[in-house]
Amino acid sequence: MSKLSLIIKREYLAKVRNKSFVIMTFLSPFLMVGMIILIAYLTKLNDNEKRIIAVLNESDFFDNEFITSESTSFVKFRDISLEQAKDSAMSMGYYGLVYLPNESNLEKVSQRSFFYSKDAPSTNTLERLERIFKERLKQERLREFGISASEYAEMDSEYELNISTFDGEHNLKGINEIKAIIGGGFGYLIMMFIIIYGGFVMRSVIEEKTSRIIEVIISSVKPFQLMLGKIIGTSLAGITQFGIWILSGGILLVVSMAIFDMDPADLSRGSAGPAMGGAPNPIMASSDSDMLLYAQEIMDIPWVLLVFFFLVYFILGYLIYSSIYAAIGAAVDNETDTQQFIFPIILPLMLAIYVGFFSVFSNPHGPIAVGFSLFPLTSPIVMMMRLPGGIGEGGVPLWQLATSILILIFTFIAIVWLAAKIYRVGILMYGKKPSYKELLKWLKY
Amino acid sequence: MNHILVANKVSKRYGDHTALQNVSIEIPKNSIYGLLGPNGAGKTTLIRIINQITYPDQGAVFFEGEPLKSEHIAQIGYLPEERGLYKSMKVGEQALYLAQLKGLSKNDAKQRLKYWFDRLDIGDWWNKKIQELSKGMAQKIQFIVTVLHEPKLLIFDEPFSGFDPINAGIIKDEILKLSQNGTSIIFSTHRMESVEELCEYIALIHRSEKILDGKLYDIKQAFKKNIFKVGIDTSAPLVLLEQLEGSFTILDSDITKNQLDFSVQLPNGRSNELLHFLGTQGTIKNFTETIPSANEIFIRTVEKQGIVHE
Repeated sequence: MSKLSLIIKREYLAKVRNKSFVIMTFLSPFLMVGMIILIAYLTKLNDNEKRIIAVLNESDFFDNEFITSESTSFVKFRDISLEQAKDSAMSMGYYGLVYLPNESNLEKVSQRSFFYSKDAPSTNTLERLERIFKERLKQERLREFGISASEYAEMDSEYELNISTFDGEHNLKGINEIKAIIGGGFGYLIMMFIIIYGGFVMRSVIEEKTSRIIEVIISSVKPFQLMLGKIIGTSLAGITQFGIWILSGGILLVVSMAIFDMDPADLSRGSAGPAMGGAPNPIMASSDSDMLLYAQEIMDIPWVLLVFFFLVYFILGYLIYSSIYAAIGAAVDNETDTQQFIFPIILPLMLAIYVGFFSVFSNPHGPIAVGFSLFPLTSPIVMMMRLPGGIGEGGVPLWQLATSILILIFTFIAIVWLAAKIYRVGILMYGKKPSYKELLKWLKY
Repeated sequence: MNHILVANKVSKRYGDHTALQNVSIEIPKNSIYGLLGPNGAGKTTLIRIINQITYPDQGAVFFEGEPLKSEHIAQIGYLPEERGLYKSMKVGEQALYLAQLKGLSKNDAKQRLKYWFDRLDIGDWWNKKIQELSKGMAQKIQFIVTVLHEPKLLIFDEPFSGFDPINAGIIKDEILKLSQNGTSIIFSTHRMESVEELCEYIALIHRSEKILDGKLYDIKQAFKKNIFKVGIDTSAPLVLLEQLEGSFTILDSDITKNQLDFSVQLPNGRSNELLHFLGTQGTIKNFTETIPSANEIFIRTVEKQGIVHE
């Protein structure tokens, strides 16, 4: 067995046998799935809660407008005073009381109506009640203007501008966002992987320094081999962990769905609801034929290409960052000294994610998106967000992709070379609190 | 080819700091070679160059006549001063790993480890983790790992630090046995006293320069000043002392009752003359030539070079 594979094997085994690693690996899917189930369950519970609202109507209007629905039912009070109504609504444990005073016309009734409740009412309930009033007022006005309901319905026409690419391909609203979210998912995966396993590489280097085994080992192997073996071994352990997570998470999710009798569609509705925050969801608002088009578009995303470039960007990006992590680990004596060096690493990663979410989502081929997808420290993440749009026409221009990868490869070589130099000097350096100036000096050794 | 290792005018600088300046040493085969000097003199840098952990700026190192290259790593065993083991790894696994890194096959490594574990009486440690062992126990493992691949050249940097006297003795015997079996050994230390009993050759390194090297015996002969320590029982010590002072250079003297102790510097070949004369004066208790210790030699060399500024 070659020395490199020996090192990789040791690093891998040391990592996967580590107790906290094992616990994290097998506990996380349960935690994650548990969390999802809990959220879905709570959302369902929330939806199922039936609110009872009392209605005290002293006016001559609003006879049949308060219609009991799945989530809200109305109870009508008759011939009691407002105070009595309040008391009984409270003692019956009703959610609230709608009071409509006796006034001469609908306008005044509406204006002077009140909703009483124990606590501040939920916005859902309020919206529901307000809609009843609005609808009633609208009908009143229509009647005044002498327009029939059917005439009004014809008047109010929906309109959406048709969009298309220059060469006539049918375009869909929001498809850019959907594609960017898919790409963003890949980019996010790269960032998480770098932060988690880059940190592992760093701690593993620090451990070798503090246990003083480092000099024993590098009298047998080249420091670069050790660094490389460590990075590869740790990332293999990381891939194992991710694999277990995805596999067991998927199985758990399906199993628990079956147990709790939940429809996956429920789940997506439950989780999509709060995130979208009432803004019209492009998918929901569309007709069925558009739904099909969206499905078609998602199917049309060049998945094979996407996965291929994901691997390219993932491997290069991870190697760049983890060799920086290894150099940091070599430069310090203990983990507390790492903070000043970690921040500049996290910064471009965070920047990539934020720039991605704010700029690339809305305009995947704008100047900012292009710039950040060429800059080597952000390109693995930002380019992944742009790539679901395809390569070439309508997607990422080929030259940008090629330049981005080329720059990344050169950066990779340069960074690994620099990191290896710092690493080589750093691992034999004890009791020195390194500054950036000191690190620069090491490069000349 | 009589030398296992030759370093030729090796220089190494770290930034502004010169770690080694034109250092040349020749290490004869099958010898124990002491690399001496105070902390920070450059010993460790030289050793790291021999181990190809760092590389010289100038000069070259030859192993058995060939320029040092990475294949030679398997022929060298190195016990660094800053040493340790993976704390959470099991003893056996760890020893196997390190042995395999030195190029041993797994089966070979296993067999040899068994032999050494039996020999040093630590057979039942195989499945223990390093963190469960005491420091001295871990040092034994470290020693075994260093010698396991039967290298032609062994380098020990402060090998006895961290050992209790009993285990230090065991390790010293093992080192001597290895030497008898034909292994060449470099022994680096700043404790001169341990040098005397082990080393055949020495090199003194001071402030990045080699200031002295050669066979320890020859160096001592060269550095001795023909000083003899004499003790004699005589009826009139004071009179004898006066007589002696007339014809010899007496350095110091001490009289206790009838016993006269003194140091004398003799010109070459006059020891017999003195001995003869003393024989007629009383009972000679002792008559020994003072051979300078490595420590004395070191201090004197440094002083002679005028490079001690403190």
